[in-house]
Amino acid sequence: MLQIKDLHASVEEKDILKGINLDIKAGEVHAIMGPNGSGKSTLASIIAGKETFDITKGEIAFNNEDISELNPEERAHKGVFLSFQYPVEIPGVSVTNFIKTAINETRKSKGLKDMPASEMLKLIKQKADLLDIDRKFLSRSLNEGFSGGEKKRNEIFQMAMLEPKLAILDETDSGLDIDALKIVANGVNKLQNKDNAVLVITHYQRLLDYIVPDFVHVLIDGRIVKSGTKDLAHELEEKGYDWIKEELV
Amino acid sequence: MAKFTEDDLKKDLETKEYEYGFYTDIETDTFPKGLNEDIVRAISEKKNEPQWMTDWRLDAFRIWQEMEEPEWANVTYEKPDFQNISYYSAPKSVDPNKTLDDVDPDLLAMYKKLGISVDEQKKMNNIAMDIVVDSVSVATTFKKTLSEKGILFMPISEAIQEHPELVRKYMGTIVPKTDNFYAALNSAVFTDGSFCYIPKGVKCPMELSTYFRINEGGTGQFERTLLIADEGSYVSYLEGCTAPSRDENQLHAAVVELIALDDAEIKYSTVQNWYPGNKEGKGGVFNFVTKRGICHKNSKISWTQVETGSAVTWKYPSCILKGDNSIGEFYSIAVTNNFQQADTGTKMIHLGNNTRSTIISKGISAGKSQNSYRGLVKIGSRAHNARNFSQCDSLLMGNDCGAHTFPYIEVKNKSAQIEHEATTSKIGEDQLFYCNQRGIETEKAIALIVNGFSKEVLNKLPMEFAVEAQKLLEISLEGSVG
Repeated sequence: MLQIKDLHASVEEKDILKGINLDIKAGEVHAIMGPNGSGKSTLASIIAGKETFDITKGEIAFNNEDISELNPEERAHKGVFLSFQYPVEIPGVSVTNFIKTAINETRKSKGLKDMPASEMLKLIKQKADLLDIDRKFLSRSLNEGFSGGEKKRNEIFQMAMLEPKLAILDETDSGLDIDALKIVANGVNKLQNKDNAVLVITHYQRLLDYIVPDFVHVLIDGRIVKSGTKDLAHELEEKGYDWIKEELV
Repeated sequence: MAKFTEDDLKKDLETKEYEYGFYTDIETDTFPKGLNEDIVRAISEKKNEPQWMTDWRLDAFRIWQEMEEPEWANVTYEKPDFQNISYYSAPKSVDPNKTLDDVDPDLLAMYKKLGISVDEQKKMNNIAMDIVVDSVSVATTFKKTLSEKGILFMPISEAIQEHPELVRKYMGTIVPKTDNFYAALNSAVFTDGSFCYIPKGVKCPMELSTYFRINEGGTGQFERTLLIADEGSYVSYLEGCTAPSRDENQLHAAVVELIALDDAEIKYSTVQNWYPGNKEGKGGVFNFVTKRGICHKNSKISWTQVETGSAVTWKYPSCILKGDNSIGEFYSIAVTNNFQQADTGTKMIHLGNNTRSTIISKGISAGKSQNSYRGLVKIGSRAHNARNFSQCDSLLMGNDCGAHTFPYIEVKNKSAQIEHEATTSKIGEDQLFYCNQRGIETEKAIALIVNGFSKEVLNKLPMEFAVEAQKLLEISLEGSVG
């Protein structure tokens, strides 16, 4: 589904990614772990199409199509979803109105008409129930005054509504207490199936107890230096990142 | 990958052309340019006015000659040459005795282009419309339905003929001839406008609407609106404006006077979309407008405005809260783009006891525009327990525009309670990326953010207008991407 080959990227002439290779197939859950500043969030943003970064080398293919020249919205229309580490506030725009716009814009890109209001409401209700989201929450302004947990739950709600092919969860566990973490992880698990894939980006192993990865990759200084199964995550939790760094030397 | 930066955003915003910038070729009857007593007399004569009206105009003209154009507003522009303007322009084919069915098909086609076909409006929207093209009111619809309730809704020129006692009693009482430079000018040369009277205890069953449009080049539009809500009555009034694109600046100096007698309520909504000039700042309408209302006991006046057009706007819809327990409200969205300048706000003058006022102002600036809120809250010495709440929010797009707030507060009574809140925010790349990531393209994202920002005010507009206003916000701010 997602194939990244020898990806190099920089911001303001500073190299952040130095040759990433990653192959994610439908039905898989991958996790990328790494210390602060290793380039994890940059990778997530670049896949989603954030334009602050320059791709200096390599390619990103999504379902066998090079997407590196596409706008973020075009990538979204193809089924790429990024759950943000820091979701932005949009005052005066309700959660419902926002997701309605997102869905209809995506439909428009496929030549479909707006989703009928009744169908939309049904879908919203269904997905809100799935994630234990209170109806009142849906009429609040997007992320305005939301707690950390509410913001992340809202991200997963949007993911549930949009049903992406590839969901990238960027530090979705940060700022969450254990209950909120369980709800969010539970939501992700319910949405996971053989036709979609999840890329979890995290600093800690904690989230991976709930969203169990098929593969774990360690990103250090812009390179994936080690890949393995979920056991690797436990090992990292125990020993930290230093032993890998030492292995590299 | 095309990197979408604030510079691109700025470019997008610049490229949107004025959608109503067409000119309808209709034969017109236009006065020679220039202004003197003879022109004032000629206007009065053309309108077949009684002597008292002619005298009133001449008096205003003499006052105007002694006055100077105000310079305190936060706007810079080349002052109009008042001798280079034609003060009367009427579509030639208009005959005051005509009915709607006889209206020039070209004119009707123009309305259709504007999306305000009279027929459709009549049938579908339950709105009574009085349309002013240049200076003469062309068609008044729904007159019959209204007259059954005793409601008078007609061009002011007609009211001067048919209801001189009401016009004489109220005109100039809220905005006197001496009020300011443009008001004095308007009093001398106003050519048409709307008149409305709601009798005691009558709730007007429909939204009353006027659509103004400047067509002829080199003409000024000086309309005058007088709206009287008698005791215990209610009316909601809508006003919309557009003008064709022209290189030269066109002057628009209107006066609106509202009178809310005891227990009456007036809701006055404006969507102003005069031509803003091109993206280099050439052309566009100078919109210098005086709007004011007076509230008697237990009455309420609510101004709602969506200002997206004009090269320069100078406008402060105000309320004089004279009667005890009266209420004044001002809800405003002002959008400026390219080289537009707006200096707009309100005055809430509290004179009666227990008077309350609310001000919600939303300023949106893009391009190289300057957007100022200027407001006065004044509490008189005898106004006990007056309350005011003001909120001024500014939204900036790009790095070359400006947002300014000038709140004036004068309190002469210790029992007053006044609150003022202000915020300034900017549409950032992060917000746009977030929307893009959810599949929402940049143009739509800006519209969404702006609509969210303006929601409190948009909600105050009547339904039909709110939809139009939302569209207008999108037109004014979005660029046609690609």
